[in-house]
Amino acid sequence: MSDEPPDMTRIACLAPLPHHERIVLGHGGGGVLTRELIERVFLPAFANPILAGLGDSAILPTEWFSSATGGGERIAFSTDAYVVQPLVFPGGSIGSLAVNGTVNDLAMSGAKPVALSAAFILEEGLEVGLLSRLVADMAQAARTAGVGIVTGDTKVVERGRGDGLSITTTGIGLVPAGSRLGSRPPRAGDAILVSGTIGDHGMAVMSVREGLGFEAPIESDSAALYGLVADLLAACPDVSLLRDPTRGGLAMTLGELVAGKGLGIEFDEGAVPVDPVVAAACEILGLDPLQVANEGKLVAVVPAAGAEAALAALRAHPLGGKAARIGRMVADHPGLVVARTPYGGARIVPMPLGEQLPRIC
Amino acid sequence: MKHLAEYRDGDTARRLAAGIASIVTRPWAIMEVCGGQTHSIIRNALDQLLPPEVELIHGPGCPVCVTPLEMIDRALAIAALPGTIFCSFGDMLRVPGSHGDLLGVKAAGGDVRVVYSPLDALDLARRHPDREVVFFAIGFETTAPANAMAVRLAERGGVSNFSELVSHVLVPPAIAAVMESPGNRVEAFLAAGHVCSVMGTLQYPPLCARYRVPIVVTGFEPLDLLEGIRRTVVQLEAGRHELENAYPRVVTEEGNAAAKAVIAEVFEPCDRTWRGIGTILSSGWKLAERYARFDAERRFAVGGIVTAESALCRAGDVLRGAIKPNECPAFGRECTPRTPLGATMVSGEGACAAYYHAGRFAAVQGERP
Repeated sequence: MSDEPPDMTRIACLAPLPHHERIVLGHGGGGVLTRELIERVFLPAFANPILAGLGDSAILPTEWFSSATGGGERIAFSTDAYVVQPLVFPGGSIGSLAVNGTVNDLAMSGAKPVALSAAFILEEGLEVGLLSRLVADMAQAARTAGVGIVTGDTKVVERGRGDGLSITTTGIGLVPAGSRLGSRPPRAGDAILVSGTIGDHGMAVMSVREGLGFEAPIESDSAALYGLVADLLAACPDVSLLRDPTRGGLAMTLGELVAGKGLGIEFDEGAVPVDPVVAAACEILGLDPLQVANEGKLVAVVPAAGAEAALAALRAHPLGGKAARIGRMVADHPGLVVARTPYGGARIVPMPLGEQLPRIC
Repeated sequence: MKHLAEYRDGDTARRLAAGIASIVTRPWAIMEVCGGQTHSIIRNALDQLLPPEVELIHGPGCPVCVTPLEMIDRALAIAALPGTIFCSFGDMLRVPGSHGDLLGVKAAGGDVRVVYSPLDALDLARRHPDREVVFFAIGFETTAPANAMAVRLAERGGVSNFSELVSHVLVPPAIAAVMESPGNRVEAFLAAGHVCSVMGTLQYPPLCARYRVPIVVTGFEPLDLLEGIRRTVVQLEAGRHELENAYPRVVTEEGNAAAKAVIAEVFEPCDRTWRGIGTILSSGWKLAERYARFDAERRFAVGGIVTAESALCRAGDVLRGAIKPNECPAFGRECTPRTPLGATMVSGEGACAAYYHAGRFAAVQGERP
């Protein structure tokens, strides 16, 4: 109908594209786009009234920091930055990792997590759908851990400068009054426990990264450990030390326990639980499971007298079913971690230098 | 892993070790050629199970350790070229060249990537047709088939932006070089099982005859290694010097025909310099003339390489078995896994790195190494 005059009533100024699909620089600009992103992605997922206030800081009621018994509690405070590729891996994602990792750092001090902050650095071009999925993982992990995400921040960096996204979480936790964790220094003869199979997280990530297919995919062990810690401390209050063997794996954690100290560690290599598929993947890639990261395991140094009770408590918890007593603190070789091999020999287990580099053959 | 458990049984290992102790009557020096075997021996502390008469000398079989300095410097220069993606096996990244290592090149902006197979590098070349993708093709006969296959596939597929920096080395000439070196103490060899799985065993009987030395093809699991050592000691005690295959579940006399065919097509023998040891005639492979255009050495004219080996490092003496790592004056002082002067202090298969840890333990026990 080209000879009819155009219908001018249908003309309207087009609003800018809403950018619903991908992150653009404006999402970090602090304007309306930022606000929309927060309201559309973060607030519904985290569903927390304190966060929903969107104040410059979260105001936490003091009752959160005191128990019924009253007095003597201490506050634990921890922060951690999370970068991982791929962002989603079997058994978790950077979202669940960012919650569980910080919750576990608190838990290793015996602290029940109370509140988390979360800061996001997003890369321009990140799919909003993926971001929503990762944020949903965070929310789920926070619910499981019983902790609220109460404050946060979002920035956007140019494409090519952000690796998708990184997340920094900071956590506040409450160490119950009367907690004796860490008050008894480790002594020669103390038992060393691990709460389950080692190397699962690192190999889950690595097997995706390297495209290794196994009949059963390796799943990350990423999990919040406070419940396990609480059960352990109830059964054995005089735990001397708790650590979560994350980067650098069990070798790094054991090395740090004795570095510069008057004690050494001796452990039975055959007693360290390793999933057979993880062991096979390490074999293929020329890696040492002792040096591979965990995200849902703990190492405990406990008095020998309480070791069996502690082990039973770990094993009774869903996250500790494969817990094992792997070794002991010794006076013989201070500062050194020695593995007894299944063949009757012994070798030093060094702390890994940096990134593990796969061997050629 | 189930199939591996039967080669890792502690009781059987102790029985084998006791068997060795019961037949040995005098000291013997046995060299395990392959770095993978060294790694397994140290990791499982198998040497501590053996009677004191049996001394294991760690041979020049860590491919990372013997790659010549000039080749590493060349790799560093190529990796630093703009537009290049330089791919390598992981443990090469920390090996010191004259000035720095590949990790340093990466930190300075070079695109250096760890791959597990040359075929991954070839794939990168396909996906980045605008970039030059170079694979650092080092190793013994074991890694050669895949390295050869990548070049052949690049040729067939017309992937012209792929090349290999080839520094392949061979086991039999190394065994001959060890036997002919002045002051040699080696009296028997454990041949590298995986090398033989590719090449077969027919190259070894002439070496046994010429040097009157027993050679036992040996695997990598604890029981494999102990069985190989046991058979070697049996031969030594009986005055025999034969080739034996103690790894028949993997190794056949003729080897892998398909792998040998692709190697023969793509590579040709050449003289090779071994880091710390020197030039050994016909001890390596380079790309055959037909595939010369995939040779990174020819493609990238990185001139002006002046190598500077650490004056303190005695890795060569270690690799020949002339000294133990802890007899090097720099061991544990200037040279540690954190500040390696030579490649043998870098790789988990390197004798110096292995000793660094084991030696520290011995020192604590009062046996200052």
